[in-house]
Amino acid sequence: MIENEYLMLVIGMGLVTFLPRWIPLFFLTKQNLPDVIVEWLDLIPAAILSALLLPALITTGDPRHLAIFQPELLVAIPTFIFALKTKSLGGTVVVGMSLFWLAGRMI
Amino acid sequence: MNKTSSDTEKTSAMTQGLLAVWPICLGYIPIGLAFGVLAQKAGLGPLEIGLMSVFVFAGSSQFIAVSMVSAGAATASIIVTTFIVNLRHLLMSSSLSIFLKKVRREKLSLFAYGVTDESFAVNLSRFRHGDWNINAALVVNHAANLVWIASTVMGGYSGQFIPEGAFGIDYALIAMFICLLIYQLRARKYVIIAIIAGVLSVIFSLIIPGNSYIVLASVLAATIGVVFKKQIK
Repeated sequence: MIENEYLMLVIGMGLVTFLPRWIPLFFLTKQNLPDVIVEWLDLIPAAILSALLLPALITTGDPRHLAIFQPELLVAIPTFIFALKTKSLGGTVVVGMSLFWLAGRMI
Repeated sequence: MNKTSSDTEKTSAMTQGLLAVWPICLGYIPIGLAFGVLAQKAGLGPLEIGLMSVFVFAGSSQFIAVSMVSAGAATASIIVTTFIVNLRHLLMSSSLSIFLKKVRREKLSLFAYGVTDESFAVNLSRFRHGDWNINAALVVNHAANLVWIASTVMGGYSGQFIPEGAFGIDYALIAMFICLLIYQLRARKYVIIAIIAGVLSVIFSLIIPGNSYIVLASVLAATIGVVFKKQIK
């Protein structure tokens, strides 16, 4: 049996997760944004992907600290080159996984 | 023969969507299983795990929520933390909105539910490429969601299916982000912004606990990009 408090928790979490995803799509799509905002939003994807990726490659632990020579970064170099050459998302995932697995066996 | 053109469109949106989404699904399976295992250890049953994945569908905040549940945190503080962790989707939905001006609001709402770091990046690069439509994007979001729900529940049932580190599967999402980032680097300015954002993100991640460093670094880097747009062209 699901307790009411747990139900409140997931509904509350769901609401605060859905609203930031929904508000811009619901409202921004129906109006023309100022140029400066469009330029800013145009830069967001590159910025956000890099901001997600780089700490995952060169930091580790909790609290986080720098770890430059970890397999995450070493494997990222050939994976990056493969992605750059092929532009294939599925291929990159498979190559990255295989190399990371190999790196784990060797170290 | 009798297929109407809208039927054909729907079939091809399904195929297009599935072809685009499978790398995301591959990445979600180990994380979903791991989440299920953790949630089970925190005392949640499969039904409770499934409910959270259906209502929330946001990996990192679900992990945080479960660790807060097992630490006995108050419901309100878990919800506030979830809000902060997922605020970055505000930026992602704003970026996507530029490409979805002609879409009906009902569809937009359905689409909004599935905006994650991964689906955002896949859909955005396809929309920008020009060969994408809302139906295929909906397939991406909801197929990813189904895989996420299923793998979290399975993790909750059975503990560890996949031994730790098997097949390098822990690297799936990182590899995906590498390729998705490359899709974004279409001109010099994007490369410069990505470097600034990456460096800022590393610095912030080392000095600020939690994951607000992602939003801080992206917002700051994009703002620098707009302010210095003449210099970085």
